[in-house]
Amino acid sequence: MMKAAILLFPGINRERDMQLAVRQSFGHEPAIVWHKETGLPAGTDLVIIPGGFSFGDYLRCGAMAAQSPIMQAVKTHAARGGYVLGVCNGFQILTEAGILPGALLRNAGLRFLSMDTMLRVGRTDTVFTNKWAEGDVFRAPMAHGDGNFTADSATLDRLEGENLVAFRYADGNRNGSARDIAGIFAPNLRVLGLMPHPENLVDPLMGGTDGKPLFDALAAA
Amino acid sequence: MTEINAALAKSFGLNAEEYGKVLDIMGRTPSLTELGIFSVMWSEHCSYKSSRVWLKELPTKAPWVIHGPGENAGVIDIGEGMAAIFKMESHNHPSFIEPYQGAATGVGGILRDVFTMGARPIANLNALRFGDPALPVTKRVVDGVVRGIGGYGNCVGVPTVGGEVNFHPAYNGNPLVNAMTVGIAAQDKIFLSAAAGIGNPVVYVGSKTGRDGIHGATMASTEFDAASEDKRPTVQVGDPFTEKLLIEACLELMQTDAIVAIQDMGAAGLTSSSVEMAGKGGVGIELDLDHVPQRETGMSAYEMMLSESQERMLLVLKPERSEMARAIIEKWDLDYAIIGHITDTGRIVVKHKGIVEADIALDPLAEAAPLYRRPYVETAKPAPLGKVEHPITLADALEKLIGCPDLCSRRWIFDQYDSTVGGQTVKRPAQADAAIIRLEGTKRALAITVDCTPRYCVADPEAGGAQAVAETWRNITATGARPLAITDNMNFGNPEKPEIMGQFVGAIKGMSAACIALDFPVVSGNVSLYNETEGRPILPTPAIGAVGVLEDAAQAVGYGLTSGLTLVVIGETRGELGRSLYLREILGREDGAPPAMDLAAERKNGDFVRAQILSGHVSACHDIADGGLLVAITEMALAGGTGVDLTLDAGPEIWFGEDQARYILAVQNAPALLAAAAAAAIPATQIGTSVNGNKLTLHNAVAISLTQLREAHEGFFPAWFA
Repeated sequence: MMKAAILLFPGINRERDMQLAVRQSFGHEPAIVWHKETGLPAGTDLVIIPGGFSFGDYLRCGAMAAQSPIMQAVKTHAARGGYVLGVCNGFQILTEAGILPGALLRNAGLRFLSMDTMLRVGRTDTVFTNKWAEGDVFRAPMAHGDGNFTADSATLDRLEGENLVAFRYADGNRNGSARDIAGIFAPNLRVLGLMPHPENLVDPLMGGTDGKPLFDALAAA
Repeated sequence: MTEINAALAKSFGLNAEEYGKVLDIMGRTPSLTELGIFSVMWSEHCSYKSSRVWLKELPTKAPWVIHGPGENAGVIDIGEGMAAIFKMESHNHPSFIEPYQGAATGVGGILRDVFTMGARPIANLNALRFGDPALPVTKRVVDGVVRGIGGYGNCVGVPTVGGEVNFHPAYNGNPLVNAMTVGIAAQDKIFLSAAAGIGNPVVYVGSKTGRDGIHGATMASTEFDAASEDKRPTVQVGDPFTEKLLIEACLELMQTDAIVAIQDMGAAGLTSSSVEMAGKGGVGIELDLDHVPQRETGMSAYEMMLSESQERMLLVLKPERSEMARAIIEKWDLDYAIIGHITDTGRIVVKHKGIVEADIALDPLAEAAPLYRRPYVETAKPAPLGKVEHPITLADALEKLIGCPDLCSRRWIFDQYDSTVGGQTVKRPAQADAAIIRLEGTKRALAITVDCTPRYCVADPEAGGAQAVAETWRNITATGARPLAITDNMNFGNPEKPEIMGQFVGAIKGMSAACIALDFPVVSGNVSLYNETEGRPILPTPAIGAVGVLEDAAQAVGYGLTSGLTLVVIGETRGELGRSLYLREILGREDGAPPAMDLAAERKNGDFVRAQILSGHVSACHDIADGGLLVAITEMALAGGTGVDLTLDAGPEIWFGEDQARYILAVQNAPALLAAAAAAAIPATQIGTSVNGNKLTLHNAVAISLTQLREAHEGFFPAWFA
């Protein structure tokens, strides 16, 4: 069973949502790690960076958090082949820390977007996506002002060429992301960053369980 | 040196008589800081001097009320040892001057009122009124207010789950921004503001103090004119990131036993928080402003006492816990400073740079506060609605109504608000008549709504006041939840005009009657007067926010239809078109009497509907409100994406009348529902069925495409902001 640690930066606000999703699929409590820590709890397999507005996003989204003490440990963890999941602000922090390529710009329409979107699954031979079939489309709430994924065309070509696009928007590209990209993997397929929130659809009472396969897959790894 | 005299007092908002009282209390000419303290404490905004005598008439008690009006927010028992803490508050005047910051700091302020009592905020709602959409300024204000609410609420991570929006030219130049927060606390962990413990440290926590918002409370107590733009510096600037830190830091500190009393610094900042904490505790307070964290240099005592800089709290701590508290606050990178102590003098003493800048006895400051029983004239009952012509077909009228600014979809707005953060949102905006938020770790849920129909209030304030309360009760009932209590946000014009005061008095009377009939007490509230621009008042707007509880969140129903259900109207339809949206939008008329209120029927019909929902017999339910029956049916069809065949043979009065105390229930077993209604002597009428397909078909076989209705319904806002 994966041992998960959820990072907490000041201004993060979806850590409780993530806790619920992990608790439900993993059957145990994830550790919560304050950003000023310099090390991860011993035996951490999976680092999760949740959504929110770290440091208010007053500089570029995620830029301040990427400089927090804990991020050095996350870089080491990732370099050693550890698992990392970054959602929304977490995705932005991973790009700012250089753990994933690209950047998330202001949404094309310059407005915050809060609604469900449909995501198409790319490859399924990963620890994150193996409960889905390739091409599956699932629903995920999104809630962001800066979800417009961008990278230079060489990087985009490489992401596509190496089959590292995890999810694409399947029902319209509302935020302007390059090539409809909603989430990407690192080359070792052990780091995933995405903008929408699978953790907010893991309970039928909240409107569905479309996001649960992600956490079930991680729990089974 | 500024000379202190009646003229200066007048510019601070104190009239000659009030300034005379200040001189009597002080026995000398007050200092500038003292005059500032008196003027904000005695402003309409802080003292409720015009409204207090009437607010006392409102019912505030029920077995489930833990704290009614008088605390930072109302507190009610919601079962399992939990309490819901909630309040609604206006930020109208700042939102006209500077829409983004005005609305944003409105959200911030109401959040602080709730978490200062120990609650984690779990939901935000808002009630918004704007001017004529044809005016460019309206568009600018709507855009700024929506961005401001989203910018603040999204960042602090509290879901914005509901609200209401009206447009009317009476709000030109005077929009209303009423923000509501609901939080949850353990009943044995509720924090109050009464200071205690002579010698205990007074601690300042949060953002640094700047010169923003000085005399904001005074500004909120005057009418507007063309020069109001110049008041921009009195609008505060919000920092939701610091607020988020403040929430987490305070909730962490509240897990310890360090706090004796706590109060947010809202209107009138350090002045009102220190005066209220000491006053409620029957003690004195001494402040040394040298220790106040300051954002700007050279600030005077007057400026620091009157600043309305945001994201600040004032605490009285147990002295032996003060260093532990400092560690928690500083962990969150917030300022922590001991700025004074509690005394036994019954006075507020303010020192700065070794000089006593203010020394005022607290009792007279509170007790001699002006209290006005202002003259009023009752609003004349409106003339009955005369003959009504029906120039267009039902189908055309429906399409026009469903797309008009007051009835069209609010999707463009709520799509900019994070409604899912927290992971407990069972019913999001436009899914049910109230938002449904589960209480984490339990099966329980709260049902939350805001409502008011100002076009009724202006015609008949008493009926309108009752209707506002009844409609929130109905919204909650229509989800299956049990309505518990309300918060009121009284937005009116200049109370010195007898006709405006008459509107206020009428609304209070109507609200009281409805609260009593529905067992629905007022537990918190806010009054915003002087909502006039160049002498033109807003429509009287007693906005109501309401909370109810469901023991099992899974029992909540929404209003989206599925096919194969029978539609039954509960309640009597008489076809009252007075003050209806049909009358205004189709015929260009705003006359007649609003629909009659029958509070006994309201109670009886609602209790029946709730019991039907909780017994599991109801698939969807919608209360019938703005626009009437046919609009409600259309909203249900559009929300569910299902067609409707209507069998009821009726004209525009029946389809578009806004008779009260009515619901549409969609059920599998209509005969059982009709029999149960007959047994309870409740009017029930079968009107049609939901069917597969994309059409709404009237009794005369006229079919209207749902695609066309959806385009009309969803079109207004995106087109306006395209």
